[in-house]
Amino acid sequence: MSSLFGLMLEYTIPTLKIFAFTLLYSIPLGMVVALLKMCRFKPISWLTNIYILIMRGTPLLLQLIVAQYSVPYIVRSELCPAFLKALLENVDIRSEDYTFNMMLFAFVLNYAAYFAEIFRGGIESIPKGQYEAAGALGFGKLQTFFRIILPQVIKRVVPASSNEIITLVKDTSLASAIPYMEIMYIAKKQVPLYASLMPLFMAGVFYFAFATVLTVIFSYVEKKLDYYR
Amino acid sequence: MAILEIRNLSKSFGSLNVLNDISFDVEKGEAVAVIGPSGSGKSTLLRCVTQLEKAGGGTIRLCDTDMFAPGPNGKSVYADKQTLRDIRLKTGLVFQNFNLFPHMTVLRNITEAPVCVLKKSRQEAQDTAMELLRKMGLESKAKSYPCELSGGQQQRVSIARALALNPEILFFDEPTSALDPELTGEILKVIKELAADGMTMVIVTHEMGFARDVADKIIFMEGGYIVEQGEPEQLFGDNASERTKQFLSRYSGV
Repeated sequence: MSSLFGLMLEYTIPTLKIFAFTLLYSIPLGMVVALLKMCRFKPISWLTNIYILIMRGTPLLLQLIVAQYSVPYIVRSELCPAFLKALLENVDIRSEDYTFNMMLFAFVLNYAAYFAEIFRGGIESIPKGQYEAAGALGFGKLQTFFRIILPQVIKRVVPASSNEIITLVKDTSLASAIPYMEIMYIAKKQVPLYASLMPLFMAGVFYFAFATVLTVIFSYVEKKLDYYR
Repeated sequence: MAILEIRNLSKSFGSLNVLNDISFDVEKGEAVAVIGPSGSGKSTLLRCVTQLEKAGGGTIRLCDTDMFAPGPNGKSVYADKQTLRDIRLKTGLVFQNFNLFPHMTVLRNITEAPVCVLKKSRQEAQDTAMELLRKMGLESKAKSYPCELSGGQQQRVSIARALALNPEILFFDEPTSALDPELTGEILKVIKELAADGMTMVIVTHEMGFARDVADKIIFMEGGYIVEQGEPEQLFGDNASERTKQFLSRYSGV
C-alpha cells in the first residue's frame, strides 16, 4: 500500500504542473481578452466574443482532444497555408513536450475565456466617476487603469476567480483522457492491479485536500482585501 | 483678468440641445454660482468646461489659453492633447458623489495626483496634504479609508484632493446634493473660507441662500440658456426677471 501511495504522490506533480501553468498563462491572457472584448473597434470585440462563445459553449474535454490530434489533419488539409504547413511539419507529435504543450494550450484558451468574462464584469462594475475623478486630476489613461481601476477590480474579481481556480483543480483530471499521465490516469490504471478502489479514493482525497487548501487561502485573501468597501 | 471666458457655447446630445449660446466670464478671485432647475444644463456646462463632455460649438478659454475655439473653417475645435492636459492641471473639480478612490487612504487620495502627475516627491506631497487636511479639520483621518468617513468628511477630502494640485480655478458640481441636510453646512463653510481666501470658483448649487451669501456673481440657467446673470443683489432683488423671481420664490426663506 505504501508503494501505491508513493506512486500516487509522484503523479500529483504533473497535475500540479497543469494547474500552475494554466493559471500562469490564462490569467494574464484573460485580462487581455477582457480588454479586447471591451474594445471600441467593433470587429475586434466581435471576434473576441466568438472565441469566448466557443470556449464556453463546448466541452473542455473536446477542446483538449481536438488540440491534441488536430495538427496532422491541419497539415494535410489543402486549406493550410504554406508557412503554417512548414511550421507544423517539423513538429514531433509523439513527443512528451508536444502532448503537454497542446494540452496546456487548450486549458489556457479555455480558462482565459472564463477569466476574461470575470475580469470584464469587474472592470465594468467600477463606477464611471472613478475614471472622471482620475481624469480631472490629470492621470493619463494607463495611470488611471493601473493605479485607480485595476486595484479595485482585483478586489471585486477575487470571489469569482477563486471559484474558477478551484474548478480548475478538478478539471485537470480531464487530461487523463488525452491520455496524459497525471494522478487521475494513474489512479484508474491501478484499480485492476490492486483490485481495490483505494487508488481512486487516494486521488479523491488529493483533489479534496488541494481544493480545501485553496479555499482557505482565498478566504484569507478576501479578508485581507476587506480593508475598504 | 478673466480666468475663464465662455462665448456662445453650445452642446447637444443627438437632437436635444442642452446648452445654447452660453457666454460669461469668471474673473480671478471671483466666486460664481450657477443655479437653475434640474435639467437646465448646469452640470453639463461644468462638465464641458472640465473636459468630461465634449462641447459642440463656441469658445472656452481657460487661464489665457484657448481650450476650445473656432478653427479656420469657423467650426470650433479642441486644442492639442498637451494643451488640454496643461489646462486640466490648472483646474480642479469637486463632484456631487465625491468620487474618492476607495482603495486608498485619505492621505493617499490627496497625494496620488501630485506624486504621479506632477512628479512631486512623496514627502512634499504629504506635507501639502497634511496642511490641507488641517485646514479641513481632518488631520486625524489621514490614515482612514473613505468608507470610514461621513459624507461631509468625504466631500472635504475631495476638496482637499482638488486643492492639492494648486488649481487656478475650482469647479463644484452640486457639492452638497448627496449630503444629509445636517452635513451640508460643513461643506458650505469650507467653500466660504475658500472664497474668503480669494479662490476662483464656479459652483453649481441648489443652495440659494448660500449662493446669495458667497457668490460675487450668479448665473441662472434654464432649458440650456442663461436666463439672467449678475450680482446676487440683482437676481435676488426686485428688478430681477419674472422667471428668476418665479424660480427663487419656490425656495422659501430666501
